[in-house]
Amino acid sequence: MEKVAIIGIGQTKFGEHWKYSLRDLMAEAGKKAVDDCGIAGKEIQAIYGGTMSAGRMIGQEHIGALIADAMGLTPIPSTRVENACASGGTALREAYLAVSGGHYDMVVAGGVEKMTDVYTDQASLALGGAADQEWEVFFGATFPSLYALIAKRHMYEYGTTEEQLARVAVKNHHNGALNPLAQFPFEVSIEQVMESPKVAEPLKLLDCSPITDGAAAVILANEETAKKIADTPVWINGSGQASDTLALHDRTNICTLNASVVAGKKAMKQAGVTPKQIDLAEVHDCFTIAEICAIEDLGFVKKGEGGKSMEDGMFDLNSSISINPSGGLKACGHPVGATGVKQAVEIAEHLRGEAGKRQVENVEIALTHNVGGSGASCVVHVFSRGGN
Amino acid sequence: MSVGIVGYGAYVPRYRIKVEEIAAIWGKNPEDYKKGLKVAEKSVPGVDEDAATIAVQCARNALDMTGIDPQNIGAVYVGSESHPYAVKPTGTIVAEAINATPELTSADYEFACKAGTAAMQVCMALVKSDMIEYGLAVGADTSQGRPGDALEYTAAAGGAAFLIGKDPLVEIEHTCSFTTDTPDFWRREGQEYPRHGARFTGEPAYFRHVISATKLLLDKTGTSINDYDFVVFHQPNGKFPLKAGKRLGIPPEKMLPGLLVNKIGNTYSGATPLGLAAILDQAEKGDRILATSFGSGAGSDSFALKVLKKIENPHPVKKYIENKKYLNYGEYVKHRRKIKM
Amino acid sequence: MPHRKSLGLVWRRIPQRYRLMGTKCFTCGSHFFPPRPWCPKCRRKGKIEKHKMKGRGKIHSYTIVNVPQQGFDLEVPYILAIIELLEGPKLTAEITNTEPEHVSIGMPVKMVFRKISEDGDSGIIHYGYKFEPELKE
Repeated sequence: MEKVAIIGIGQTKFGEHWKYSLRDLMAEAGKKAVDDCGIAGKEIQAIYGGTMSAGRMIGQEHIGALIADAMGLTPIPSTRVENACASGGTALREAYLAVSGGHYDMVVAGGVEKMTDVYTDQASLALGGAADQEWEVFFGATFPSLYALIAKRHMYEYGTTEEQLARVAVKNHHNGALNPLAQFPFEVSIEQVMESPKVAEPLKLLDCSPITDGAAAVILANEETAKKIADTPVWINGSGQASDTLALHDRTNICTLNASVVAGKKAMKQAGVTPKQIDLAEVHDCFTIAEICAIEDLGFVKKGEGGKSMEDGMFDLNSSISINPSGGLKACGHPVGATGVKQAVEIAEHLRGEAGKRQVENVEIALTHNVGGSGASCVVHVFSRGGN
Repeated sequence: MSVGIVGYGAYVPRYRIKVEEIAAIWGKNPEDYKKGLKVAEKSVPGVDEDAATIAVQCARNALDMTGIDPQNIGAVYVGSESHPYAVKPTGTIVAEAINATPELTSADYEFACKAGTAAMQVCMALVKSDMIEYGLAVGADTSQGRPGDALEYTAAAGGAAFLIGKDPLVEIEHTCSFTTDTPDFWRREGQEYPRHGARFTGEPAYFRHVISATKLLLDKTGTSINDYDFVVFHQPNGKFPLKAGKRLGIPPEKMLPGLLVNKIGNTYSGATPLGLAAILDQAEKGDRILATSFGSGAGSDSFALKVLKKIENPHPVKKYIENKKYLNYGEYVKHRRKIKM
Repeated sequence: MPHRKSLGLVWRRIPQRYRLMGTKCFTCGSHFFPPRPWCPKCRRKGKIEKHKMKGRGKIHSYTIVNVPQQGFDLEVPYILAIIELLEGPKLTAEITNTEPEHVSIGMPVKMVFRKISEDGDSGIIHYGYKFEPELKE
């Protein structure tokens, strides 16, 4: 297996881009990534593009070719990867596998979603495509309601409180306020979260990630190529992916996202690290409860202790593990297909020491965690800085 | 071999609206309606209920009482004036929901408020002629009155189902009908609300048909009112059935157990079946019951019934009548989908 | 425009949605709803047959939905729950015939037949299961 490094990164501002289309956003992120590593572009041999619902959101399928076209990279092979909200992370993994398997020297993994070209209810309906249409959505389930079912049970089993959930939003908004590309770069208080409109009890508006436009891209290369081009390559040391039942109700324990547990273990095992060694993680906080589950399922804390340790500030910026320095999906925004790639962009910035005001100090090992649906898909990557 | 009711089930949605609440909207004195109609409140379906869901609940309750395999039901007939579809049967929905499909016959009945009892007669005939083993007859409605119309105070929702077969709990000793073309109440194709003949619905329609059918039944069976322990008539309001009973010399106490309109309103096709179900809930072995329905347009079906066995494990009507939640008028119009969206 | 469900999409699920028709493996006794055509535990040794669930169970988790799924506007706020059936399988359904303040985890519920959604004013009505608190007699 070839060693694989991230040698170029690019991300658009996340938010409501009324002036820009999916094509514009992807082109911007792609160009930034190419410029970042100072290549011409012709060195790139393949494209993996993650997007969840371009067909429902903008009526456009065939996104693989669209990305190659937008980035001016035709005629190289270009493939769309879809894995619901984990589309970006899965695109990154497919790109990683292609390079580590020796098929290509250099590829690009992109992720993009244009969500504001449809009305909010249509966007919600499209996102519902990540849940089980026949056995959940048909009966009235919405995405927030599925995570609310997890939250309610988590509260019942472990005594997790709504304030502890709110603490996730407060932390991520604090981080997002330091991120110039975040959709919501401002602080919120526990009271503001608690008093925000109810969406699906116990989840309130400020427990939910927003609807966002945006794109991100990373350029991956094998060791030989990376060492030639990059001053500070960011190594991908482990990659894990797992699946679970499409419907939440089919799981033995709805408070554990088993796909997170399995993908996390695989990625960390490959990288030869334990959860304790992780300095920084970008985890999938589509809802505040999702971050609580993530830090438990990844082994940062024991099952049931997520809420309490969140309250204790264990995951604040520059604490024992900095979780979601970008602001997470909550404050940075969640352009679904872009999120998994953006997480890698964020990690790379920290490992290179280029994350500005939100820079986490002394980062050696970092992790990204990208979830599809209510946990039916999960992709985890482990990264490190420097020679290894 | 006698034929009759082998199981029965009733259902009334839990929502209610009081006469006061409706009267206040239209600037009327509620006491006028409460006295004039002898109705205090009426049932209202949930936003997720219609005549089909009510019919299914009734049918399941009826099956619950018996050990009958629904696959042995050979006919499902649902009588209603509020079938969810103008074209496409309610009966197939019910048959599928209770696992009676596919070897059975089905059709929907409509005869204003007596479609449910018409279904009972047909099931009885099919069982008696050995064409089927069991037949399911349901009367269920979510009736609608035009906002502001007198009907709005009474048009209610509910139903009851009867499983008809041999070796019954309650024998149907005899049934007969009295039918004429009398236009006292109607709804034209494509119209949302029915119209009615106001006072015309009384003498030439309700009283003539209910009294004639009842007399016909007594004649044909050679019985008198004294032979019956309970009597139930169609109940569009609280006044009509007692008035008809008075003319026939029926003591009110024989009618009160089956008189539900004061508490739930007029459940149309469900009315006589629900009244009969309430009587069966308290009837004892050997009791005889006289039931006469009325459907505008117009006709009455009259039944002489006799309880042959102890009735065990019914889902009592009382349980549904007592389980209630009041709506205000705004909630009521939302429930009845009268708000244009 | 709401996402219109084709007739086949709705029709083929009638046995499950109207009457909780699932399957049972007679080798290991496991019940499956929605039905599985083979037993994941016994695989080749499994003996799968149709089996109707009794329609009784208890609430495993629930939420009060304030921002509804499209087509559920009239029901807001509605109670959505994961219900654990007596036979073992869990499913997602609305709790009807009650108010949020009366619902709790572990509460016994039974299946009722309700309108779930409809294809506009002129299209097909989609019926299916919801659950209600067990009524005391």
